[in-house]
Amino acid sequence: MYHTKTLSELSALLEAGDVTSVQLTEHFLQRIKNHDTELNSFITITAEPALKAATAADEKRKAGKAGPLTGIPIAHKDIFCTKNIKTSCGSKMLDNFVSPYDATVVEKMQQAGMIILGKTNMDEFAMGSSNETSFFGPVKNPWNTKAVPGGSSGGSASSVAARLTPAATGTDTGGSIRQPASLCGITGLKPTYGRVSRYGMIAFASSLDQAGPMAQSAEDCALLLNAMSGFDPKDSTSLEKDVPDYTADLNKPLDGLKIGLPKEYFDEGLSKTTNDIVQKAIDEYKAMGAEIIDISLPNTHLAVPVYYVVAPAECSSNLSRFDGVRFGHRCEEPKDLEDLYKRSRGEGFGDEVKRRILIGTYALSAGYYDAYYIKAQQLRRMISDDFTRAFEKVDVIMGPTSPETAFNIGEKSDDPISMYLSDIYTIAVNLAGLPGMSVPAGFNNKMPVGLQIIANHFDESRLLNVAHQYQQKTDWHKAIPEQFK
Amino acid sequence: MSLGSDDVKSIAHLARLEIDEKNIEEHAKTLSSIIGLVEEMNAVDTTGIKPMAHPMDISQRLRADEVLEENQRELFQKVAPETKDGLYLVPQVIE
Repeated sequence: MYHTKTLSELSALLEAGDVTSVQLTEHFLQRIKNHDTELNSFITITAEPALKAATAADEKRKAGKAGPLTGIPIAHKDIFCTKNIKTSCGSKMLDNFVSPYDATVVEKMQQAGMIILGKTNMDEFAMGSSNETSFFGPVKNPWNTKAVPGGSSGGSASSVAARLTPAATGTDTGGSIRQPASLCGITGLKPTYGRVSRYGMIAFASSLDQAGPMAQSAEDCALLLNAMSGFDPKDSTSLEKDVPDYTADLNKPLDGLKIGLPKEYFDEGLSKTTNDIVQKAIDEYKAMGAEIIDISLPNTHLAVPVYYVVAPAECSSNLSRFDGVRFGHRCEEPKDLEDLYKRSRGEGFGDEVKRRILIGTYALSAGYYDAYYIKAQQLRRMISDDFTRAFEKVDVIMGPTSPETAFNIGEKSDDPISMYLSDIYTIAVNLAGLPGMSVPAGFNNKMPVGLQIIANHFDESRLLNVAHQYQQKTDWHKAIPEQFK
Repeated sequence: MSLGSDDVKSIAHLARLEIDEKNIEEHAKTLSSIIGLVEEMNAVDTTGIKPMAHPMDISQRLRADEVLEENQRELFQKVAPETKDGLYLVPQVIE
């Protein structure tokens, strides 16, 4: 059936006239209707505009004006502003917010002809690793509905894994694409910082946030990244660099590829089964002619502490715009302006968001700025320098995406620190602005395990090539949870 | 370093964030444990290391000071809680 097909397979079916975009869109909308009450992976479903857009896409194809993604459905994480569609960011604060404009990513996917099925659930303002902080309730992992899908792009990961959508967008500030991709058994890519425009993507930590594709395979991610990337004058941190065709290198042989294994990613914090699965994936690469090199990223243990200064500091500053004045939630009958600010924010934000605003405000406050923020930025350079040195010796770095498989809903929600540590292998990549991927590499107790691949700045082509070659030899990425087949 | 209830109250005031009185102690406890985690940074000597603000170590691009956007005040104010004559309304600030 259509939902088991990859983007390039769907594209071929559309081109051959074996299916129309309207049929595809109806199929996926029906699947969402049948399955999403169980998963809660969508906040908003846009059936009517989707069918209208699908009709237009079919006409475009008839007129010979279709691209490879024209008429294929996609879901957007609810962090991306979508014109005339509710954009909640998983928060009560924006429950009433209908965006007056489109994010650049949304605009670009629309230009590529993709059909928006709806907006996916997420941790509130992308702060969380389990999707439990969403105002709209937790998302379930399709491999075990008692378990979390990971976060913050948990709705995107869960909906792709259950094949309710062929692809989704996500954002990654400390692992929010890669960790849920790993926990749900799909392929997700966080591009180089500045590769994809942040315009219209609700800001959490501006020096770390990056949007990227989440899909069934590396090839699908390449097709999506082709449409998503590029310089955007509306984003002052967007980088002026040409976009290559990310599908061009997919089939390059891996003979002589140098893979670095950082010893810090295989220490006692990693579960034995995850370790074994990752080692097996590395053996697969050896068989393809890759050379394995032991490396060290000595400042790895500092990534989580540094992140929990930099990210909250930037978040406290970014989220100050939610003040109950211009948009979003406003409290009832404010008695003065200060009361308006305090109660609107107090009522609109959930606990995790409040925690991060408080930590950030503290770290940036007079007398503490040097001890926390400047110190963290100095260590950020040391962490980044570790990678620079490593990439002098190797082409890619590999390790686990997450120290363990999906944990149960409620298991860590009372213990923020243990939740934070579930991003221990992904956070450093954001601090250094590098591209990283998670690729399905096996199962532990019927739950998916992801292999993380990290490349140098702007080396997404190699990342996709390395992931695609693995997916030619293995079929972990093709596995679908029984009840969603 | 650990934070007490009074610290949480003053930080919450700086952030213009109302915190339920009954949750203040819980916040003090969690924030203290996060700060404990963060203070692992202090074990490393960073003397002479230049702080890194941008992951690519570059500064932000500037553009010419030209008007590029058209005025869309009405559209943007449609999502506002309260407006009048093109202005955002808040409780009276000056008596």
